[in-house]
Amino acid sequence: MFYRGWMAVAGLAAELGVKPASALATALAGQGADRVLPVGSQLRGLLPEGLVRGSTVAVTAAGSGATSLLLGLVAEPTRQGSWCAVVGVPRLSLAAANSMGVALEHLMVVPHPGTEVATVAASLLDGFDVVAVAAAGGLAPSVSMQLSARARNTGAVLVALGAWPGAQLTLTVNEGVWFGRGRLRCRRLSVAVSGRGSAARPRTEQVWLPADPDVQQTLDQPDVSDASAGRRLRVVA
Amino acid sequence: MNRSLSARTMVVWCPDWPVVAAVLAGEAGATDPVAVLHANRVVACSEAARAHGVRRGLRKRDAQGRCPTLVVVAFDEGRDAAGFEPVVVAVEQVAAGVAVLRPGVCAFAARGPAGYFGGEDAAGERIVEQVAVQVGVEAQVGVADGVFAGVLAARAGQNIPPGHTRQFLAEVPVAELERPPLGDLLRRLGIHTLGQFAALPAGDVFARFGIDGALAHRLAAGLDDRPLQVRQPPPDLEVVEEFDEHPIERVDVGAFAARAMAVKLHERLAGHGLACTRLEIAAVTVDGQELYRVWRHDGLLTATAIADRARWQLDGWLTKRRVTSGIMRLRLSPHGLVRTGGLQPGLWGEAGPGRERAHRAAHRVQGLLGPDAVLVGVPGGGRDPDQQVTLLPFGDEKVPARPDGPWPGALPPPHPVLTAGQEPVQLLAADGTDVVVDARLQMSAPPTQLRLPGKTAAVGVTRWWGPWPVDERWWDDTTSRRAARLQAVLEDGTAVALAQTGGRWLLVGLFD
Repeated sequence: MFYRGWMAVAGLAAELGVKPASALATALAGQGADRVLPVGSQLRGLLPEGLVRGSTVAVTAAGSGATSLLLGLVAEPTRQGSWCAVVGVPRLSLAAANSMGVALEHLMVVPHPGTEVATVAASLLDGFDVVAVAAAGGLAPSVSMQLSARARNTGAVLVALGAWPGAQLTLTVNEGVWFGRGRLRCRRLSVAVSGRGSAARPRTEQVWLPADPDVQQTLDQPDVSDASAGRRLRVVA
Repeated sequence: MNRSLSARTMVVWCPDWPVVAAVLAGEAGATDPVAVLHANRVVACSEAARAHGVRRGLRKRDAQGRCPTLVVVAFDEGRDAAGFEPVVVAVEQVAAGVAVLRPGVCAFAARGPAGYFGGEDAAGERIVEQVAVQVGVEAQVGVADGVFAGVLAARAGQNIPPGHTRQFLAEVPVAELERPPLGDLLRRLGIHTLGQFAALPAGDVFARFGIDGALAHRLAAGLDDRPLQVRQPPPDLEVVEEFDEHPIERVDVGAFAARAMAVKLHERLAGHGLACTRLEIAAVTVDGQELYRVWRHDGLLTATAIADRARWQLDGWLTKRRVTSGIMRLRLSPHGLVRTGGLQPGLWGEAGPGRERAHRAAHRVQGLLGPDAVLVGVPGGGRDPDQQVTLLPFGDEKVPARPDGPWPGALPPPHPVLTAGQEPVQLLAADGTDVVVDARLQMSAPPTQLRLPGKTAAVGVTRWWGPWPVDERWWDDTTSRRAARLQAVLEDGTAVALAQTGGRWLLVGLFD
């Protein structure tokens, strides 16, 4: 009786695609879910496995777009309860961060670390999950390597704004194209991914930052309300 | 004579207390005719106003009609209570177990002071003198059996001998029971004094008027057996340290002293099961300068947090403000007290080990660079992105500068990722003239080029949107702001936010 009942449950589970809890645990351990911070769906193409704890990610740009990409990277982790600090970006607008989905209650900024950038970053790497560092004058390669090593030891993610010698992954914004309708709406960035390990083969991805799904869907249509096209009366009937 | 169950009670009554409190608070002059109004009715008036015919219960206009020079003060329960505190303290120096009945009236058991000063009258005189000397307030003392009779005795300024309370109350009108519906009803039944009321059989009074009537009946009969609700003096939580011998002149010395004081304060608070959310630091220098600052905190202040704040404050005073002489006296007083455990940490995310670790790291950086080095953003409201988030030092109370709410005219996202320093830029039309937006939001010509600060060559403007107006706080000359905002994409692919104010274009933000 009991045996038949169990068989029925197992059969039903297989039919519904339900796995026992033990199977789920091994699947997660295999991917190392606790070793990875998630990234938003926007950036899945860029970082398929998310932000790996202990790694260093460098964000650079040929023109503009590096700061937006940085905010895009930290948005999802802060929403999931990870703590994030940004060091040495004095003019970072937290309103923009907020509108890009960063949970401000999990974000702290150190706008003016002065000459103590390395010390501050090292202290923050002990406690925060993601630490973004912009060194105004650049850091000595040995100091950069030490900070990367610190991140590796503490399991934090070091995001460097600018070139970084010890980075596992470098994201370079090559080009950004703005789209607007009535006002600025969204921007298509083409980002080159290069680095070590699985990212050794360079590739280029398209990322929308900031994103605006409504406008992105209708980009094929001409932008009729574009003010710079001139404000003339048009024949409508 | 039936034996009274009530304890001998001494009552201190300050006449016209709301008026006295207003005078003490500096809202009226001591000799002015003053009336305190609540809901447009006079609740108390001064002697000078009474001489002009102002009475309790008068409407404001009637009162002012009778006394044109009347100073009208709004009723404030908090002011009355706060003003009465020094009086209670003065009374407490003479008598123990003082109960505040309401602001202006306090009571205590007469036995102790009467025994000590050799009689109830002597004790009463001593207390009136004490209050007059310490606070400068006129008071009257009355002694009777029970609190109810005691208050009436104090208003009459009488000492009712033991057992004579019932006779004393007999001629008092029933309105003094302070139960208006009952007093009204009794009067209509032909019962005008407490003596007449007390003469009724207790059982019948209970049957007719219910439990509250029965209670009033006992009061009228002088059988007031309610115990006094004795005030618990607030615990002294301040930590004060004197440095007469060696005034603090160096930050490290001060930090060392402050750490010991912080631990002491924290232990004292913990001993009462309390924790504080605000810390007041006050110092007196050798040459008599008084320094003062309140630190706000968004959680409970730990011993380390208290010590840190004291150290930062001393650092600020001794090095930045260049205090000319050493600090002689340092005082830490806790404010915003809550019961420990009264502040619940959140369930998800904001609490937990990750939060603790992050906060410790932030504290370390604050220790390294100073309290203002680590900032957190608090979302609020505003028309411009840089107003919408208030940057506050980590650890401060999270209060946005502007409240959230509808802010008509605010631009929707995306916002500029980097704020620019409001540097002047030149927005040029095709013919090389400056583009101007007039009061009707008409642009003189479409912009084609932008000259950024510090650059000689202008960059072409490929597309632009706007202008959108802001006209804020026009009623205030000092903070009013008028601007026209514009978004533009430049030839090199960057996007900028511009604002024209006072005829000049400023670079507001960069969409990096």
